[in-house]
Amino acid sequence: MAELVNVEYDTLIPNNVGLSKDRRVQKALEKWHPGYINWWNDLIPREFQESLVYLRTTVSVDPKGWAKFDYVKMPEYRWGILLAPEVEGRTIPCGEHMGDLAWQEVPGEYRALLQRLIVIQGDTEPGSVEQQRFLGKTAPSLYDMRNLFQVNVEEGRHLWAMVYLLQKYFGRNGREEADDLLRRSSGSEEAPRMLGAFNEETPDWLSFFMFTYFTDRDGKMQLESLAQSGFDPMSRTCRFMLTEEAHHMFVGETGVGRVIERTCQVMKENGIEDPYDVDKIRALGVIDLPTIQKKLNMHYTLSLDLFGQEVSTNAANAFNAGIKGRYMEHRLTDDHKLTDATYPVTQLENDAIVLKDMPALTAVNMRLRDDYRRDASGGVGRWNKLIAKHGIQFEMVLPHEAFNREIGVFAKKPFDPDGKLLGQTEYDERVGDWLPNKADGDFIASLMVPCTEPGEYAGWISPPKIGIDNKPGDFEYVKLHMA
Amino acid sequence: MSKLIDFQTDPSRYRHWRVEYDGAVARLIMDVDEHGGLFDGYELKLNSYDLGVDIELADIVQRMRFEHPEIGAVVMQSGKDRVFCAGANIKMLGGAPHAHKVNFCKFTNETRNTYENSGVESGQHFLAAVKGACAGGGYELALACDQIYMTDDSTTSVALPEVPLLAVLPGTGGLTRVTDKRKVRRDLADVFCSIEEGIKGKRAKDWRLVDEVIANSKFDDFVAERAMEVAQTAKAGKDIKGIQLGPLDRTFHDDGSLTYSTVDVEIDRANGIATITIAGPDVPPPKGLDELHGLGDQFWMLRLARELDDALLHLRFNELEAGVIVFKSQGDPELVAAHEDFLFDHRDEDWLSNEICLNWKRVLKRVDMTSRSLVALVENGSCFVGVLAELLFAVDRSYMMDGDFEEDNRHVAALKLTPENFGPFPMSNDLTRLETRFLGAPEMVEEAKAEIGESLEAEDAERLGLVTFAYDDLDWEDEVRIFLEERGSFSPDALTGMEANLRFPGPETMETRIFGRLTAWQNWIFQRPNAVGEGGALQRYGTGKRGEYDRRRV
Repeated sequence: MAELVNVEYDTLIPNNVGLSKDRRVQKALEKWHPGYINWWNDLIPREFQESLVYLRTTVSVDPKGWAKFDYVKMPEYRWGILLAPEVEGRTIPCGEHMGDLAWQEVPGEYRALLQRLIVIQGDTEPGSVEQQRFLGKTAPSLYDMRNLFQVNVEEGRHLWAMVYLLQKYFGRNGREEADDLLRRSSGSEEAPRMLGAFNEETPDWLSFFMFTYFTDRDGKMQLESLAQSGFDPMSRTCRFMLTEEAHHMFVGETGVGRVIERTCQVMKENGIEDPYDVDKIRALGVIDLPTIQKKLNMHYTLSLDLFGQEVSTNAANAFNAGIKGRYMEHRLTDDHKLTDATYPVTQLENDAIVLKDMPALTAVNMRLRDDYRRDASGGVGRWNKLIAKHGIQFEMVLPHEAFNREIGVFAKKPFDPDGKLLGQTEYDERVGDWLPNKADGDFIASLMVPCTEPGEYAGWISPPKIGIDNKPGDFEYVKLHMA
Repeated sequence: MSKLIDFQTDPSRYRHWRVEYDGAVARLIMDVDEHGGLFDGYELKLNSYDLGVDIELADIVQRMRFEHPEIGAVVMQSGKDRVFCAGANIKMLGGAPHAHKVNFCKFTNETRNTYENSGVESGQHFLAAVKGACAGGGYELALACDQIYMTDDSTTSVALPEVPLLAVLPGTGGLTRVTDKRKVRRDLADVFCSIEEGIKGKRAKDWRLVDEVIANSKFDDFVAERAMEVAQTAKAGKDIKGIQLGPLDRTFHDDGSLTYSTVDVEIDRANGIATITIAGPDVPPPKGLDELHGLGDQFWMLRLARELDDALLHLRFNELEAGVIVFKSQGDPELVAAHEDFLFDHRDEDWLSNEICLNWKRVLKRVDMTSRSLVALVENGSCFVGVLAELLFAVDRSYMMDGDFEEDNRHVAALKLTPENFGPFPMSNDLTRLETRFLGAPEMVEEAKAEIGESLEAEDAERLGLVTFAYDDLDWEDEVRIFLEERGSFSPDALTGMEANLRFPGPETMETRIFGRLTAWQNWIFQRPNAVGEGGALQRYGTGKRGEYDRRRV
């Protein structure tokens, strides 16, 4: 069989899955396509639909990730079905079927479990596009606007990827679930997205950067786990999605970094040493570091909730079935079955946080969350280096996992960011110091004015170090359509 | 599970439910306290329930009838986001001894039946407003409502995932109500009961699994409007005020005995016998409805019904080795008759009289459903009249004293039939206990009817087939003793099976099918290694490991 590395662009739907030979799925996808285009057109403001955006389109899925950059009108973007190349003889990496050949078709026994995982993953992809729909209007530069749209079209493609799995492998039920992915909508009263974090508004660009850093990183961890799946088409899909997800986190990390950089620079230029001199700093039109920390607190804790309950039957079932592995499963050196293993899980006993050894199978979520925390702390360290370079006494920190939680053992308990349990009254009085309050939101919103001249940047954010596709600083990343 | 399970509670002690009253509409909000399980070892996540949750629900349903007769519609809804109710708690079921599981299922069934009937009987219609996952016992809660409304938010679904997930069956009438009540086509029902994710949206309505599917943004308004309509139709223009159900007058004794104001429960642990003695009233009935309402829960027939009900539940759950329950009564037959007459004379015009009659109907069914050898002893001084005589027809065997007994100066044993033995207290098969008793000889029912109001002593009672045996002074003591000793020597399982078979002859109803199938199938499955063995699905649920099944069909 020919390696399906190169992408077929001769069909309506670019793909490397031989769609032209699979009439049934092609038909199903073509039927779904108009609904998707409608969704996209309703979502993104008109003037941007007509604009030419300098976007990256994948043309090959080999490990080098061949891509071409060109100006595209977003509705004409070639959303496609792209899977990482098949690895011959791949086996199931974990659980009770470990070592068996990976499944190329859905095992009947796990149909429901698999379908649920795919639907939940699929539901997050369009969710974030919906949350970010109005940000184009306040982009701090054409560079950032282009990055937003790149993230958006790729999330759209990730939706396609999940829809492909549903339509190819899950029969009529799968097709209905695919339709429902377009029916639900972020923050909708009628049919909200399935996970809480995807129903929150992304009100400003700092939120967008935090979201792509923290929440997309949850997406990365989930995709990493699903890339370990014994259901091979899912594994291949997720492996390829990960290459795109990496760009989203790049946007997040550099975005937050550029905001911090700008703040530090302006503080220095104006001789402000004290990072808590908020009024003075804000008067200069940049976002003070404590407010950035508050935003971090909010997005990080919202993202922790996405990992679900610390001890979870569903997660245990999925792991044992070999449908979802752990982060970097192939690098772990245990038996990959966890039949008798334990894992330390944080629990709440008489209001004290304790670590308790629980059956490792049921603690798969907790483990992934621990991996996430480690992964997320890297960028925070780099942000702190930026601050230190300017000689400012301030450090960004990840708050304690017990703070501001809605799901899991700490849900709705009044813990402060250091993990200290407070009385509800004290918590309510002080929560404004830890999470963005209305005044913080209003201030940030006041800075959100568009900056659409090539090479120019809003005053609260630094330019990037290098351009996309090595383009020069004044490159016109988006040719705005002027109605 | 050695701690005493108490079925008495009151709104100040609820941990899992809230009730909000607004005119003729009540909101019954399920908001289970995760850490409020009756036993250790499990958390009641996602609005899952254990017996403790159901005890509160039973209390609410009972109080709704007596304390809030003004209510015409009860909206059952969830107090949690994204989940209506996830059903019975699986860890609890996995860890519970078999007897507890069976008793739990039976009790939940009795509670479901109670609110299922309250629309027709009392004009209190239960309406399920389903938002969020509604699975297993959660859907069974909804199934027992008169109507099921479901939101169409593209995630909410109804499901019976027991077979695929747990290797057991929906134990609270789920399967039976799907086919018998909602009349879901059997092949679609097969699909529905095999998919763990359930059915959502329009298809749930098309398949008759729910009554209405409503757009999410209109859902709350729809439910509110519908509840208002239902309530107004049910209670139009009636201005009625409830009575208070106070705590029971109940004392536990060290030897396991219990004393209530009208009921005495004596436990003979050595022989596995519990004797329930009912005391007749010692005052005449009220002179009018005002006096009845003034008496409220102190009216003898209501007090007795509540105390007897509590005693039965106590024996079922806390005295598992009391294999034989003996019913006795002592009191003035004329006063019993007078109380009953009063009630039935007024039930058409007075809601409270009616509710007390209905409560008796439920208590008598609770007797029928109690899986113990049930025996009645009609002794001198007894007062088995009308509603109390029903006990004689509920038990597996009855023995009656015949003639004078030495040194016994109580009035001679006699029983008395009233019109109430011929209609208002049907069994679950929808026949009266006498009709069931005389299934092969309907003329005997007519003969018995002709004796209404007569004081029937042993000879007459035996001739009319109203008691099993009558013994005189010479034989009584030995015959009764030998019977009880013999009964105590048999296998409890064989007795449970035999008695359940013999108690419910005649036609099937949805109710008999629910209990019969529960007994036959669910209890069988609950014993099978595929469910409860070390590698069974119920034991393994939550560990991530699959159940290991013995693939041979039985």
